[in-house]
Amino acid sequence: MINSGDTAWVLISSALVLLMTPGLAFFYGGMVRRKNVLSVLMQCLIIMCVLSLQWVLIGYSLSFHPGDGFWGGLGWFGLNGVGLEPYADYAGTIPHQAFMVFQAMFAIITPALIIGAFAERMKFSAFLIFTLLWATFVYDPLCHWVWGAGGWLKNMGALDFAGGTVVHINAGIAALVTAIVLGRRSNLDKNVPTPHNMPFVVLGTALLWFGWFGFNAGSALAANGLAVNAFVVTNTAAAAAGLSWALIEWLRNGKPTIFGVCSGAVAGLVAITPAAGFVNATSAIVIGLLVSAFCFIAVTVIKPLFGYDDSLDAFGVHCVGGIWGALATGLFASKLVNPVGANGLFFGNPKQFLIQLATVGITVVYTAVVTFFIYKLVDLFIGMRVDEKTEAMGLDLTQHHERAYTVLE
Amino acid sequence: MKKIEAVIRVEKLEEVTELLEMLGCPGMMITHIEGHGRQKGVIEQFRGREYKVNFLPKVKIEIIVKDNEADRIVNAIAKVARTGEIGDGKIFISTIDEAVRIRTDERGDIAV
Repeated sequence: MINSGDTAWVLISSALVLLMTPGLAFFYGGMVRRKNVLSVLMQCLIIMCVLSLQWVLIGYSLSFHPGDGFWGGLGWFGLNGVGLEPYADYAGTIPHQAFMVFQAMFAIITPALIIGAFAERMKFSAFLIFTLLWATFVYDPLCHWVWGAGGWLKNMGALDFAGGTVVHINAGIAALVTAIVLGRRSNLDKNVPTPHNMPFVVLGTALLWFGWFGFNAGSALAANGLAVNAFVVTNTAAAAAGLSWALIEWLRNGKPTIFGVCSGAVAGLVAITPAAGFVNATSAIVIGLLVSAFCFIAVTVIKPLFGYDDSLDAFGVHCVGGIWGALATGLFASKLVNPVGANGLFFGNPKQFLIQLATVGITVVYTAVVTFFIYKLVDLFIGMRVDEKTEAMGLDLTQHHERAYTVLE
Repeated sequence: MKKIEAVIRVEKLEEVTELLEMLGCPGMMITHIEGHGRQKGVIEQFRGREYKVNFLPKVKIEIIVKDNEADRIVNAIAKVARTGEIGDGKIFISTIDEAVRIRTDERGDIAV
């Protein structure tokens, strides 16, 4: 039975989530040097084009068709069989295609998150093929395991409300793997690149925060109390995390920065994502306050220690924040918030924490291994990295024959 | 005192800056410029139409040095900034009459 309120909310949420990808483009675009800003915007925008098509043709079927526990199969190839009547296994009150298009937006933003790790040095052609293969062989299977009908991680009892595992840990681990195998940008030791346009970073953060209401509250798949809970805890966690990152900087470095508030807010949004439908607002404050500490350590201590060049901290924010969020769900989840969820460790169910831990471990291993092979495969055939001169000139001019800014009018 | 104005490739700026620090240059001025010499333009695209941009982005470095240091620095810059292809840039050297450090009113070499 189609409910018009639910359908309206899911459609609006889909549009909100779509807006996160250009938001991410500005968030990342502001952080790179001026010679590479268009390349980042381009990568995000072309993902919107390529993944929208991939999703309609095969991606949705591979992810959500009730195949076996591991693979959705091609039963819904080209949306054949995905109609305008509700599909009760996923959402009983909205047209099946509304659920499909909402999920499409998640499939778009996830590979876009990885861009932060390899920004400023990947060949555009290689990037396109890598992204398409990654979406098909990493995102789609994992999505099926966690959210698909009969998925084996779903059957194990893993809680992931809006994509902490499927989106953030997944993209974050892929980011770490690509950053390591692609290698550091040249001249990094002598000249640490600084963000070329901080207002873009703030603009991107604002769009992400705004769109995230669709991401999390839309994941209730209905205009109901659960959606409101997700909305409230999303805002609360982002606020707590933005504030705590600024305070950490203030105490440690003497001054709070706008870049810090942006990084913190995004980390908070990441962390609350898996928990949004299972925790209350006070838990969200704790989740938000702590995520900034973990991510801050990841980007200021761990990254320099190991020397990998995760250019824009896709791993440091999304993977670390995502893992904390997934584990925090196992700590703070409460059946008082969501009766069809589960209780976490702090509500008397330590088993849930272990399930969350296992899910994180499985995701990390699967994504790391398959991402590595996809990378090597594309590298073998066309080469992933641009040559040194191209990197020095910048990707805008060399990959796209365009420049963002000129001196003359 | 001599003024050295070096117009170089944008991608050579880091190397040249590092070199000047190594040679003990106390300061430098950097301007992003656009212009052209014998190397004419790059190909850009606008809505599917390819066109040649006449002016290329370059970096201009200006440094003021004592007379006897000029040669050494000019040679070093030329060596580092050279790729051998058209568009490596040019270096201009001119004489400076006077320099004043505003804070102390010192004049001449000591003000540089």
